[in-house]
Amino acid sequence: MIREVISQLGELDDMLVTCMRCGMCQAACSLYEETGLETDVARGKIALLDGLARKMIDDAPGVAKRLNRCLLCGSCESGCPSGVPIMEIFLKARAIITAYTGLSPLKKLIFRCVLTSPAFFDRLLEYGAPLQRFFIKPVKKGSITSCARMKRTPLGNRHLEPLAPIPFHRQFKQVPIASEGENYTVAFFTGCLLDKIYPRIGLATLEVLAHHGIGVRVPERQACCGIPNLAAGDQQGFEKLVRFNLECFPVDTFDYLITACATCTSTIKKFWPMMVDDETLAGQVRILAEKTMDISEFLVDKVGLDSAADTSNQEEQIVTYHDPCHLKKSLGISTQPRRLLEAVPGYRLEEMEQPDRCCGMGGSFSLAYYALSASIADKKRDAILRTGCTTVATSCPACMMQLTDTLSRGGHRIKVRHPIELLAQDLVQRQ
Amino acid sequence: MKNSFSMALREIVGKEYVMDEPVDMLAYSYDAAGLDQVMPSLVAHPGTCEELGKIVKLCNNHGRPLTVRGAGTNLSGGTIPNKSGVVVLTGRLNKIIELNIEDRYAVVEPGVITLQLATAAERHGLFYPPDPGSQAVSTLGGNVAENAGGLRGLKYGVTRDYVMGLDYFDAQGGLVTTGAKTVKCVTGYDLASLMVGSEGTLGVVSRITLKLIPQPAKRKAIMAVFSHMQPAAEAVSAIIAAQITPAVLEFLDHLTIKAVESYSKIGFPLEAAAMLLIEMDGHPAQVAEEAEQVVKICRKLGAVEVRLADTKEEYEQIWAARRGAFSALAKLKPTVILEDATVPRSKIPAMVKAIGEIAEKYNLQIGTFGHAGDGNLHPTILTDRRDQEEKKRVEAAIDEIFERALALDGTLSGEHGIGLAKAKYLERETTAATITWSQQLKKALDPNNILNPGKIIG
Repeated sequence: MIREVISQLGELDDMLVTCMRCGMCQAACSLYEETGLETDVARGKIALLDGLARKMIDDAPGVAKRLNRCLLCGSCESGCPSGVPIMEIFLKARAIITAYTGLSPLKKLIFRCVLTSPAFFDRLLEYGAPLQRFFIKPVKKGSITSCARMKRTPLGNRHLEPLAPIPFHRQFKQVPIASEGENYTVAFFTGCLLDKIYPRIGLATLEVLAHHGIGVRVPERQACCGIPNLAAGDQQGFEKLVRFNLECFPVDTFDYLITACATCTSTIKKFWPMMVDDETLAGQVRILAEKTMDISEFLVDKVGLDSAADTSNQEEQIVTYHDPCHLKKSLGISTQPRRLLEAVPGYRLEEMEQPDRCCGMGGSFSLAYYALSASIADKKRDAILRTGCTTVATSCPACMMQLTDTLSRGGHRIKVRHPIELLAQDLVQRQ
Repeated sequence: MKNSFSMALREIVGKEYVMDEPVDMLAYSYDAAGLDQVMPSLVAHPGTCEELGKIVKLCNNHGRPLTVRGAGTNLSGGTIPNKSGVVVLTGRLNKIIELNIEDRYAVVEPGVITLQLATAAERHGLFYPPDPGSQAVSTLGGNVAENAGGLRGLKYGVTRDYVMGLDYFDAQGGLVTTGAKTVKCVTGYDLASLMVGSEGTLGVVSRITLKLIPQPAKRKAIMAVFSHMQPAAEAVSAIIAAQITPAVLEFLDHLTIKAVESYSKIGFPLEAAAMLLIEMDGHPAQVAEEAEQVVKICRKLGAVEVRLADTKEEYEQIWAARRGAFSALAKLKPTVILEDATVPRSKIPAMVKAIGEIAEKYNLQIGTFGHAGDGNLHPTILTDRRDQEEKKRVEAAIDEIFERALALDGTLSGEHGIGLAKAKYLERETTAATITWSQQLKKALDPNNILNPGKIIG
């Protein structure tokens, strides 16, 4: 079995060999900044995979453990002097090693029985929402964040926004949208966090699209983009989700696939073509990837924003913007969300130091290594506070959860918003 | 059952800061030099300088080799440990202890990152000039051990020129202090001069006092493109002869220009044979006057294009091109070998010509860029480490690069160090007695040969 792993890792050799061990990834890695451990930074992880493939070591589970201790933020790849395809190496290596070690029983249960059965997943969380108050309680009376009632839960002492009482897929029809647009017809890929925790972002997106006369199709049933499966090396579950989503979104029925989640956008655009092995899907996956756009990118580059109203006599609040790694480092999108914020009257954009430094969320990383994740987030919080802002905006609901946690734990009343929410709020005020 | 050595090590630093699993050992078996990997037997991650001293003493008592590792960006194998050895990480020793604006110095622990000190100094209007290519990650302890250079060598010198004082542990774990926070100091032997560049073979640095200087008020960058190598070299000589000392005077050859352009699309002429990137800094009036002179000199000597960066954007663009040189070359082939043979600056044309001949003779792609102002060139050999036949040609080419550099009164290494990679060439530049004398020195100071053994003098 280990021989199988070694021979499959050998197929990554053309990518592994491009790392010249210069070590510049240390500057980009938020995790390395915390720990100073070589196995936490890309160079070390690549050396471990290379060492396993060349039989210098044989501890595949040991390599897997260190490989999985990673935010998958891609900061290292975007700054790599030799252009090593680090994300592709990491995701493929995770799949190869997981095929050998197997998924943990809990992940197996979640991936096989819940995530890859969207109807069941939707229903589970819908019934779960009213029950969550037995497990979590508001941090303080009237506060928007909650924390675990009991000690020793997987949540740790995280402060989180609870599940929405009504998920997005049960309430989006209240926004009047045309199914055919004057210029464009788009499909909206909701994503799990938007649907279940932040329906307000989805509704804001639809309102702005409707305002611009864009036709929008929202399939009521859609599946997760598959990033949790990829991160866990669950290739089978990942492909099942891709297949399901391709059926929900027939590629020839819309001009663009819009998302308001940086991680979903980058997963569909970059990881789907990179990671889907099934050749019968490759063509559709490629077309869908090309059509996928972040909401701010679509509004700024394709539609054009309304000119901002005259605000010379209006008092301005400070807003700062955190660049989600999956938007800036993965897709190079950083100016468009800022343009969105600048178009909202009453707000002045003030940059924080290193706005593109990872916030430390990293999906399942923050569950497995909450203390490290929180410590990274606290650095981000300090940078946010130094701007004197009243609102921090970011284009990724996962980053929003992380920022909400660190700000709430510090007792700070800074609002965490998606840029599209602020834009939609302005539209409502104008009407 | 753990042996008594590793138990004692755990006692010093705490068990969560000692590693011994093979997977972790593999991660400390290499540096940026691309040599054969050697896995140590233990890795320790001390949190204080006291712990550091105790580790040295323990290693000496047990006769265990010790290699200190900062960012592991060494380009000559100086951080590659010994098989039975301990790797000691300095990552947790990362405090800037003092930044004194009045007396213009900083006291730092060895794990402070070079750029962090430079940035901290800049906030107070002060300047720490040494800027090795890896400054965003390299540590000051490593810079001292290697006597790291950078782009600003011509005008501002190298790490050695900024070390005012050092605290270090000798092989027995005794604390040695040398130098002071004063500009002048002749108390005792100048031990810091011996320690700087000794690659961890004579002591373990625990504290560094570094000189800071005022930030220059103005910076201006100039880019000059030449269609032949010769006039570019003449321009360098003419600038120096005109009593101008640029802060930076960099050279890029044809292959490097092509690589940078194909990667960053700045608009460099692809047919250019050579390019000079020049930065003047200092008082605004002087900078303006000298920049004008430099432009004139370059034009007179036949530069086909001279660009003077007036705006911040233009300035950034010129330096982005230089900073991108190495990575643009690195993207052309899987493996890059970066050398740093250095010649007196008047011999640069001869050395560039020699490198061209060597590339042709061994049928290799070699891009050359580097610090024209101080003669420190970086012939960058593009290869694939899996290609055994090419590996032989690469080795022969490196051998000949050294030979030609030495024939031109040059040196084996301008700033990367001797380490393991060039130890075998040392006698060619020096004498047998030099090596014997150095070995005697090492033996007297480190009788059990525990301090980074095998480096520099074999």
